[in-house]
Amino acid sequence: MKRRHNNLLWAGFVVVLLAAGTYIPIFAVYAATRDVPWVNYLLFAAGGILLVLGLRRAFRQPEIYRGKVLGSILTSLSFLLFVFFCSVILYFSKVIPASETAVRVGQSAPDFTLANWDGKKVRLSDAVKNNRAVVLIFYRGYW
Amino acid sequence: MRSFEQHLSDFTQRHIEIAAISVDSTEDSRKLSQAKGYTFSVLSDPKAEVIRRYGLFHPRGGEDGQDIARPAEILVDASGTIRWENLTDDIRVRARPGQVLQAFDGTIGK
Repeated sequence: MKRRHNNLLWAGFVVVLLAAGTYIPIFAVYAATRDVPWVNYLLFAAGGILLVLGLRRAFRQPEIYRGKVLGSILTSLSFLLFVFFCSVILYFSKVIPASETAVRVGQSAPDFTLANWDGKKVRLSDAVKNNRAVVLIFYRGYW
Repeated sequence: MRSFEQHLSDFTQRHIEIAAISVDSTEDSRKLSQAKGYTFSVLSDPKAEVIRRYGLFHPRGGEDGQDIARPAEILVDASGTIRWENLTDDIRVRARPGQVLQAFDGTIGK
């Protein structure tokens, strides 16, 4: 008798790919799902459960289901993706210089003149005079 | 920065100006601002001179080893004094507009 395809394995792997691939384009855009990437963790968990169920039936009912080799490969790849995702979230995004060198609350903000994207020069000391406050947002840049 | 644009009216109502700063060229900043629809200032500090003066220099921190800024949000009052700042230890976790508005309301806006 021809053994059945083990669709749980592919389903699980696709969910894991979504878990790894949707963070930057979708969930990192919103602070609620960015700071702690809980949606992506949940997707990894769901994918993991599907893979484990698929693997279980591949090994326990090999006469009915295929997928011992494929399932092992997909599960290993999924695990590597999960480790990679966690290392970026929990380690690499925290590799920045210590904040000790930064200007402190109570100090006067160093004045500067910088060009805006439209070519206009912006001088901090003018900006603060014309407003009640100025928020400076330093960011890494989009290379 | 996207969330600051969305809450821009809360800032303009309080007469707070927003200025973003990075090492990106004015051309890159123009592309970014136009793509994302930013209407606040997006300033260019290509040699990281201002970034260095603020102590926010991240040498070789860029994806291709460029010198960039470490992320930070700094609230400056009308006398030029720093009244609040957020120096994150995680590049993914940034100040939300509500935190900055709350900081303003609790200090300068009192």
